[in-house]
Amino acid sequence: MTIKEKQDEIIADFSFFEDWMDKYEYIIQLGKELPLIDEAFKTDDKLIKGCQSRVWMHAEEKEGKVLFSADSDALITKGLVSLVIKVLSGHSAEDIHNADIYFIDQIGLKSHLSPTRSNGLLSMLKQMKLYALALKTRHQLEK
Amino acid sequence: MITQEQKEITKLDVNKIRIDFPILNTNIYGHSLVYFDNAATTQKPNQVIDSISDYYKNYNSNVHRGVHHLSQMATDRFEEARRTVRDFINAESEKEIIFTRGTSDSINLIASSFGKAFVRKGDRVLITAMEHHSNIVPWQILCEDREAQLDVIPIDEKGELIFEEFEKLLDSDVRILALPYVSNSLGTVNPVKKIIEAAHSHGVPVLLDAAQAVQHIPVDVKELNVDFLAFSSHKIYGPTGMGILYGKEEWLEKIPPYQGGGEMIHTVTFEKTTYNELPFKFEAGTPNIAGAIGLDSALKYVTNLGIDSIHIYENKLYQYALEKLSSIKELTFIGEAKERAGAISFVIENTHPFDVGEILDKQGIAVRTGHHCTEPIMDQFKIPGTIRASFSFYNTKDEVDRLVLGLNRAKQMLL
Repeated sequence: MTIKEKQDEIIADFSFFEDWMDKYEYIIQLGKELPLIDEAFKTDDKLIKGCQSRVWMHAEEKEGKVLFSADSDALITKGLVSLVIKVLSGHSAEDIHNADIYFIDQIGLKSHLSPTRSNGLLSMLKQMKLYALALKTRHQLEK
Repeated sequence: MITQEQKEITKLDVNKIRIDFPILNTNIYGHSLVYFDNAATTQKPNQVIDSISDYYKNYNSNVHRGVHHLSQMATDRFEEARRTVRDFINAESEKEIIFTRGTSDSINLIASSFGKAFVRKGDRVLITAMEHHSNIVPWQILCEDREAQLDVIPIDEKGELIFEEFEKLLDSDVRILALPYVSNSLGTVNPVKKIIEAAHSHGVPVLLDAAQAVQHIPVDVKELNVDFLAFSSHKIYGPTGMGILYGKEEWLEKIPPYQGGGEMIHTVTFEKTTYNELPFKFEAGTPNIAGAIGLDSALKYVTNLGIDSIHIYENKLYQYALEKLSSIKELTFIGEAKERAGAISFVIENTHPFDVGEILDKQGIAVRTGHHCTEPIMDQFKIPGTIRASFSFYNTKDEVDRLVLGLNRAKQMLL
């Protein structure tokens, strides 16, 4: 699935929820289920500090695909982080760098991307894109 | 303790009061709003909103300048606001009331101007471990600039100042003590009268950050004998961008102006400028006229309800909230000082404050989560932040019950 298809799938999943609480139950469940990051990577150099909650992010490239893992100390953030990973992980650096991430807005959680909210999710997305850009640039130089 | 005299104070009619605050009828995600973020900012009554709109509609004009009718009218109302503030905190003279942009601005003014006049290399400035960042950073800037030392009076696990430690820090090198009357994150009410007396016995002047006090408890600068006091209009039902600095006239005369510009000058030549008299010496540029007029209405509103009645009502509500919140067994209060007002901070075992705050929001309940601009306190209690519910006289016991229900729901979802 492309990044766009994955996002559309999430939007379709969320369209079944009738009220906010159901939506949150689902996001929290995602947050609870996934062991997102190897404990060894929960170090300060992987930490994206937000005012409200913290996010750790690790990225590596395997066989031309970028693999992300991440975690957060807040469950709702963690649930959203897992969705972002589902969307972006496993794609090429080029695709990740060019991706338009619209699903967070569409499922009604835009506030999580507000800079004043500062919960680490926005910074994490920026970091992911930066990592992809760095990889992409390196690949171009290697060619 | 409620005295006989207090019993005679009029009881607040909260249902009637709530009609004055149009925003309280708002629906949030299909729920009626429960606003428990009053320590961040209070809502505004129609009386305040109307007075601001009346100014812009009917007599908008610059103050202290024009000979024309509108300017005179604006000036009269602007200066009336100063007298209202003077009476509200029982200052000696309106010369002692400086209009600023807010508490932070007031503290910055003193740190800068008092600092220039009195703080030298090797001197010390005292603050407490329960400061809002606004009462830390201006003094840090001053101390760095002057090569002075910033000392911090510690607090205990209950969130109370350790008085013996304070006394140990007091000596002749201390130039000024700055502390909050009421802590914004712990709700602690400091025994300021006793603290001011102790500071004065060593010749140390005191600045009180009263941002979380004036809206909850009667504040009398003469009785406190405080040297400087700062508060914000928007936390006492007035508009944002407006604040007060009270200073004893003798101190304000001794310190230099803060910013230069119009209004604060007497005469200007390229060689030398002489400054205007108090309070204008500290008010450079066109002031926040609408802000002053709005604050005037806000203070009149509060006075009309009676700050004593407010104090009694809010205290009862606070005690009720403590009792109800205690029923949640995973809940731990952060800050358990004997004397508290305004805010209750807590955490819920194995949950992140941010998650709890977000689930409360979706139930129409507005609280604040995070470190509340008091990171050193959070470090002391070794927590990332708290959930803070802060109260006003327009809040009710029913709303407290909704908070408890909302917290139980959050707990159920998160644990």
